[in-house]
Amino acid sequence: MNSFKALIAASTVLGTLGMAQATDLEVTHWWTSGGEAAAVAEFAKAFDATGNKWIDGAIAGGGNTARPVFISRITGGDPMAATQFNHGRQAEELVQAGLMRDFTELAEKEGWKNFIRPASLLEGCTVDGKVYCVPINIHSWQWLWLSHKAFADAGVPVPTTWDEFVAAAPALEKAGKVPLAMGGQAWQRTGAFNVLIPAIAGKEAYLKVYQDKDEAVAAGPEIAKVFKAADDARRMAANSNVQDWNQATNLVITGQAGGQIMGDWAQGEFQVAGQVAGKDYSCLPGLGVNELISVGGDAFYFPKLKDADKTAAQEVLASVMLSPETQVAFNLKKGSVPVRGDVDLNAANDCMKKGLDILAKGNTMPDPPRLNTEDTNNQLNDLFVEFFATPSMTPEDAQKRYAEIIAAAD
Amino acid sequence: MAQDQNGRPSQLFRNLNAKVASLPMILTALVVFVGGTVWTVVYSFTNSRLLPRLQFVGLDQYERLWSTPRWLASIENLMIYGVLSLIFSLTIGFVLAALLDQKIRFESVFRTIILYPFALSFIVTGLVWQWLLNPDFGVQHLVRGLGWESFTFNPLYDQSIVIYGILIAALWQGTGLVMCLMLAGLRGIDEDIWKAARVDGIPMWKTYLFIVIPMMRPVFVTTLVIIASGIVRVYDLVVAQTSGGPGHASEVPAKYVYDYMFSAQNLGQGFAASTMMLLTVMIVVVPWAYLEFGGRNKRG
Repeated sequence: MNSFKALIAASTVLGTLGMAQATDLEVTHWWTSGGEAAAVAEFAKAFDATGNKWIDGAIAGGGNTARPVFISRITGGDPMAATQFNHGRQAEELVQAGLMRDFTELAEKEGWKNFIRPASLLEGCTVDGKVYCVPINIHSWQWLWLSHKAFADAGVPVPTTWDEFVAAAPALEKAGKVPLAMGGQAWQRTGAFNVLIPAIAGKEAYLKVYQDKDEAVAAGPEIAKVFKAADDARRMAANSNVQDWNQATNLVITGQAGGQIMGDWAQGEFQVAGQVAGKDYSCLPGLGVNELISVGGDAFYFPKLKDADKTAAQEVLASVMLSPETQVAFNLKKGSVPVRGDVDLNAANDCMKKGLDILAKGNTMPDPPRLNTEDTNNQLNDLFVEFFATPSMTPEDAQKRYAEIIAAAD
Repeated sequence: MAQDQNGRPSQLFRNLNAKVASLPMILTALVVFVGGTVWTVVYSFTNSRLLPRLQFVGLDQYERLWSTPRWLASIENLMIYGVLSLIFSLTIGFVLAALLDQKIRFESVFRTIILYPFALSFIVTGLVWQWLLNPDFGVQHLVRGLGWESFTFNPLYDQSIVIYGILIAALWQGTGLVMCLMLAGLRGIDEDIWKAARVDGIPMWKTYLFIVIPMMRPVFVTTLVIIASGIVRVYDLVVAQTSGGPGHASEVPAKYVYDYMFSAQNLGQGFAASTMMLLTVMIVVVPWAYLEFGGRNKRG
C-alpha cells in the first residue's frame, strides 16, 4: 500500500516536472477550411518540434464570428497565448489598452526589418514605434479569375481587361452563363468595390479616399467612374444566386460563370479542382488595368500573460512562425505568399508568380483593413450589400452615401 | 425577546426568512438588470469603440443611428413583423385552441403535434424554413415538379416580401405555445356559462366572442407579453434564415445592435441602438403597466 502511495506521489512529481519543460500555448485562429487547416498544422508541427505544445483553438465561421470571441476573452481576463488578426486596425485598441505584448526586442534581435517584405507589412504591426505582431503571410484582393470554358462556349476570346470583360457580358448571357459570379455576403460586395477603385480610378484616388479620408475625392468624378463600373458589375452579377465565395469560384471553375473578382485565396480552389493557370483559367491582377496589388494578410498577436514560462514560449512561437522553413511550408498550403523575401518559391504556379513579380516591382498599396476601422468597414458593408441587391438604387445615390461614410470615418 | 420589550415588532424584520431568501433575486435585479441598463444608457452617449471609455459626445451616436438607412429599415421591418405576428399568432392560436376544445378524439395527439415546433430553437427553425423556401429545393421546386412550371414562390430571395417568409417560420414555431395558453384559459371557463348560453340560444361563435374572450382577459395579457417580448428580441431566426438579406430587406434592430457592438467594434453605436430598443419597449409597457397595476393598488 505504501509503495502504491509512493508511486502515485512520484508520478505526480514527474508529471509536474514534465509540464514545466513543455509549455502549452493556446493559439486561436479562424482557419477551418481544408487548405487552411493543413497550413495551420505546419505551424503546430514546427512549434511542437521545439519541445513545447501547440493547443489548437480554431473558431469556425470566419473572422467576423471569431474576432468578437477573441476580444471578449482578452478583455475578460482570460487571454490565449497567441491569436490571429488581420494586421492593421482590428487590434488597435487592444494594443493601446496595453493588453498586447511588445515584441520590439525580439524583432530587433532577429532583424525582422531586414527580411520582411514589403516593409509596409511590419509597419502594420507597429504602433508608436513598437512591434506588436508577427506578420505571417501576404494576401492580395485584386484578382479577376476568368473561366476559359465559359468564353469558349460563348464564342468570344478571353478578355484581358475589365472593359473587354464588360463588353463580353451580353455574349456570355446569350450562352446562358452568369457573366460575373459574386457571393451574396457583405464582405465580398465591399471587397469587389475596393478592387474596382484602384483599377478604375488609380492608386492615388484609392489612397486619398481610404488613407486621407478625403471626402471631396470620394464624392468626385473619379469615384463616380468606379460607381459606374460597380453598376456594370451589379448587372453582370444579377443572376449569381450563391452566398459563399467558394461557391462563386466553383461557378467559374465549372464554366457556368465567366469570371469572379476575388482574392488570391481563390487559387486554392482552382488547384484542388485540378485546373491549370493559363489553360483552364486566367488571372488578371488589378483587373488587367492597373497592375497593383494591395498587401494585407494575417498576423499573430500575443496577449500579455502572467505565467513566466508561457511568456518565454511566446517568443519561441514568434520566431518559429517566421523561420524560413515554416514560412514556405505554411504558405504553400495556404496559397499565400511568404512574408520573407529570402526564401525559395519554385513551387509557385503562374498566377502566384505574377503576384510575386508585382510585389518585386513594388506596385503595392495597403489594404482597407489597414486603413479603415472595423466600424467604417462595417458601414461600407452595409452600403454595398444594399447597392448590389437593389437594382433601383442609382450609382449617384450610393456615391453620396459613400462620401458621407468616408467623411465620418477616422 | 427583543420585540416584547419594545412593544411592537419592527416592520422590517417581519417574515425575515422570506426577505432573506429573496435578497439574491433583488440584488440580481438591481445590479444586473437595472445597473446594466443604466451603464448601457450612460455609455451610449460616449464614443466608445472596442473598449468602453467615458468620453462624452452628446447625442452624436443617436444622430448617426437615425440617419443610417439600415437602422430605419430594421425599424420598419420590426413594425411589420410585430403587428402581423401579434395578430396572426393570437388569432390562429385561439382558433386552434377553440377547435381542440370541442372535446374531439385524440386531443392530446393534436396538441403534441401543434406544440412540437416550439421545442425547436429559432436557429433550427430558421434553417428548416430556409430550405423549405429555397426555390431550388423547397416548395417551389416541389410544385413545379408536379407540372405547374410557372409557379413562383421564393420569398427569401425577393426584397419586397422577405419579411413575410420570416413571419411564416416564426408563426410555425410559436403558435403552438399560444394555442396551449389559450386552451388552458378555455378550460378555466366554468361549464355552467356554456350551459347558460346554450339555454339562452346564443350561437357558439357569439358565446366565444362576447362571453368567453372577455372572461379570458388575464390569459390574453400573459400571451401578449410573451409574444411581444419575442418580437422585440427576434434575432436568431433572421440570422439563420436570411442573415438580413437580400440587401437590408430583413434586417432587425437586435441584429444591428449585435453587429455594431461586436463585429464593427463600435460599442457606442450598439449601445445607442439598444437604448432605442429599450425606449420602444418602455413606451409600450409603461402606460400598460400603469393601467393594469396602478389602478388596482389604489383599490387594494
